[in-house]
Amino acid sequence: MGRNVNRNIKIRIIVFTILALMLVLSAIFADKLCPFDPYQQDLNLAYSAPGLSHIMGTDAYGRDMFSRVIMGSRASILSTLALVGIIAGIGTLIGTICGYFGGLIDSIMMRISDLCLAFPGLVFALAVAAILGGGILNAVLALAVISWPKYSRVARSSTLSIKGTDFVQAAQVTGGSSVYIIFKHIIPNIAGPILVTAMLDIGTMMMELAGLSFLGLGAQPPIAEWGSMMSNGRSMLQTYPWVVLSPGIAIFISVVVFNLLGDTIRDYIDPKMVD
Amino acid sequence: MKFVIKRLLQLIPILFAITFLSFAMMRIAGSDVVEQKMLNTGQVVSEAQLNAAKAQLGLDKPFLVQYGIWLTKLLHGDMGESYVSGKNVFDTFIEKLPATLFLTVVSIFLTVIISIPLGVVAAINQNKFLDYFIRFFSFLGNSMPNFFVSLLLMYVLGIKLKLFPIISKDASLSTVAMPAITLAIAMSAKYLRQVRATVLDELSKDYIIGAKARGVRFSATLWFSVMRASLVTIITLLALSIGSLLGGTAIVESIFMWDGVGKLAVDAINMRDYPIIQAYVMWMAIIYISVNLVTDLSYRLLDPRIRLEER
Repeated sequence: MGRNVNRNIKIRIIVFTILALMLVLSAIFADKLCPFDPYQQDLNLAYSAPGLSHIMGTDAYGRDMFSRVIMGSRASILSTLALVGIIAGIGTLIGTICGYFGGLIDSIMMRISDLCLAFPGLVFALAVAAILGGGILNAVLALAVISWPKYSRVARSSTLSIKGTDFVQAAQVTGGSSVYIIFKHIIPNIAGPILVTAMLDIGTMMMELAGLSFLGLGAQPPIAEWGSMMSNGRSMLQTYPWVVLSPGIAIFISVVVFNLLGDTIRDYIDPKMVD
Repeated sequence: MKFVIKRLLQLIPILFAITFLSFAMMRIAGSDVVEQKMLNTGQVVSEAQLNAAKAQLGLDKPFLVQYGIWLTKLLHGDMGESYVSGKNVFDTFIEKLPATLFLTVVSIFLTVIISIPLGVVAAINQNKFLDYFIRFFSFLGNSMPNFFVSLLLMYVLGIKLKLFPIISKDASLSTVAMPAITLAIAMSAKYLRQVRATVLDELSKDYIIGAKARGVRFSATLWFSVMRASLVTIITLLALSIGSLLGGTAIVESIFMWDGVGKLAVDAINMRDYPIIQAYVMWMAIIYISVNLVTDLSYRLLDPRIRLEER
């Protein structure tokens, strides 16, 4: 029975990884996949309904929605992955250092992370994005500034729990430097919980990033990005719903795929949490 | 009582840090505040006029002195004037707050009446059809950004079915419906899973078997014991949701033209109206922290074990 469940999870991981990879690859090769130029305007075609040549219709400037949705995956998916990579990396490093050395660095960094957690997330991101001004890079920065403590918490508590184990102490006794021990012994051993946190975070971050763009604080027009495409099209919801629905469904599908992958990886790494 | 005082004392440094951060952020952003303000009035300005205006606002003083002055004013309820409307920031904020509170309360109410029954039903029917069905919808709700949910509701309930007005002119039950449902969908999707997990955990305990053995009806055990024990988790969840809710209202309010602080903040951000943004960030943080404090204190009333642990 147990082996069966495990096999099931493995199959699910493979399937969802393939789906996620397809999304990432289509984002990377977006310019090759677009049937039309996503920035080419043709006012004669403005607001064409979805049909054979434009399967998702066209927007206010006659740009092909399907091409824009594919192009938009670059801003949405690739920036989200970069964002999660950055915060997971920085957060883990800070958390591990705090947990390993303790003392003053630990107190200072943990108070800072307390402070970041004291602000309601999106409110703080709004403020930071407002200071930095629009732009996808600034939106990524704004979310990074407030989101790293999640990882440093996980990394710190995992580090604390393995710091006293024999293999770490053996490494210390045999004269391994702290940097060596942290990178060679501690980080590989706490990678599991960090990976799970990161995988489950991708969907949320993608939605928050799109939310900032929706408010005009992320990607700026004419750049194709799902959140800003929806925001630009929302006044036409009544007459030309595809302008809003196509990027909306694209976000939805991507978040679903990454959430499914995250859930499955959690089930695989941490079987306690399977119910 | 000692615990309450200790918690209140812990708040002081956090409040200082929050005010300092909001001040510092806006100073960094507003290095060109004066120019911005003058440009808003549409006049051409000379260097001398700029410096005079900066001196008038106290911007020529050292940073920490500026913070001190600002903080003293703040404690007297003076948060300056909006760059755009010229109105008092504090008054503007207080004027818009009731609408946001109304929206928040209605959406929390909806979340409670959606997530608790569904969570309990899913737990009782663990790994049966109903359980999978409820979890499927929770998964969908979790994977939709709230602006997408807003627009979908607007399209289906507002435009196609014409059930609710699309734009809210005033705060009433029919206008609050769609923004509140939007916020409640995301929260219920998240919390019904946790309600389910808590109830499952509780149901696996020995006293449930004991009650069964003594012939206590299952519904009685469920309502009197399990629900009571699950209450701590549910209250924590609601308190935690305040944070995401406060941020979430910004987007939803501006989509539905709901005249609360969230929309105020988004409008302020678009017009670079820094005093309003500052007030928004600070008040949201203070509300968030106060709610967390009240939650912490309420645990002690609900769960005597927490009180015992501290002795």
